[in-house]
Amino acid sequence: MEKNTVTNNRPHYINPYLGGVLLGLLVILTVYITGRGLGASGAVKSAVVTTVDVVAPKSAESNPYISKFISDDHSPMYTWLVFESMGIFFGGLLSGILFGRVKKPWVEKSPKITSKTRLIAALIGGILFGIGSQFGRGCSSGAALAGSATFSLGGVIVMLALFGTGYAIAWFFKKLWI
Amino acid sequence: MGPLIPNGIITGNWDFVIALLLGIAFGFILEASGFSSSRNIAGVFYGYNFVVLRVFFTAVIVAMVGFLYFDYFGWLDLDKIFILPTYLGPMIVGSVIMGFGFVLGGFCPGTSYTAIAIGKMDALLFTVGLFVGIFIFSEAFPLFEDFYYSGYLGNVTLSDVTGIPAAWFAFAFTVIALASFWITMLIEKRVRKNIKEYKF
Repeated sequence: MEKNTVTNNRPHYINPYLGGVLLGLLVILTVYITGRGLGASGAVKSAVVTTVDVVAPKSAESNPYISKFISDDHSPMYTWLVFESMGIFFGGLLSGILFGRVKKPWVEKSPKITSKTRLIAALIGGILFGIGSQFGRGCSSGAALAGSATFSLGGVIVMLALFGTGYAIAWFFKKLWI
Repeated sequence: MGPLIPNGIITGNWDFVIALLLGIAFGFILEASGFSSSRNIAGVFYGYNFVVLRVFFTAVIVAMVGFLYFDYFGWLDLDKIFILPTYLGPMIVGSVIMGFGFVLGGFCPGTSYTAIAIGKMDALLFTVGLFVGIFIFSEAFPLFEDFYYSGYLGNVTLSDVTGIPAAWFAFAFTVIALASFWITMLIEKRVRKNIKEYKF
């Protein structure tokens, strides 16, 4: 009886190897159609560029990083990765609806920490990931996954250094998770 | 043949429709595999859930081997596809910073979008953090502009650097992936026995 309850509460995920095969095929399809791989952090970069450009156009033009991504003929939001990332959101929503995982806003965390701790850690984690992805020329999607899959040296470096760092420091942040 | 858009076979505004559709497939696979949960993702670093490693390595070997076949059959011109450029120092530093972000946040950018979609507030904060982080990077950019462009090796592949054919890398990576699937399966079994804070 108890075993049944546990099984019913367990989120139903697809087999990870099936997920991996589908994701690998999607990378091939994406490169086959567009000539380049998937991405995710690029969309947030476009959002930052757009925000600075709208709020303070002069400072956007004078900033040597932001000005690289400003074009006269279209908004920085009108880029491939922004549309693709909107797709990621809707695809996640679709899967969530299909498997019954969409809920009212909540915070997922280890029982050992408070929601506040989790939210602060998530915010700091996001800030670091945002900074790192700019130096890395992409995040785990564009650099580590699509980069490695296309045999890019840089992609493999990002994959190894990203996960290697994770393993090296995980012990110190154990309390956040287990 | 491929790549279709760079070769002009698909043109015009289909670009963004395709982007949206590919993104939907991407998000669906991520969410359906369990990546909308930071606790599933972080498990890869603590040994209680290796779903990240399984999905990621499987995807990389499927894509690597797939590209070789597509090239062999003449369906895809590998010379025309985008190869991520290598900036040695900045990429290592960036990945170390991302590694900290990964362990603290439990998400990467793509997975956090899918987690927001199903209602996770921690994912929303993570994405806000991404925005803040990239903003900080942009504003501080003049301070490390030289470093940002340093260590440039070009848009090089593993084969360009070593002279070893891509097929050997695909083969080596497949062997490593299969071995890691087996080893992590054993580790996961042992670790799960001792963890009660997490429902499997």
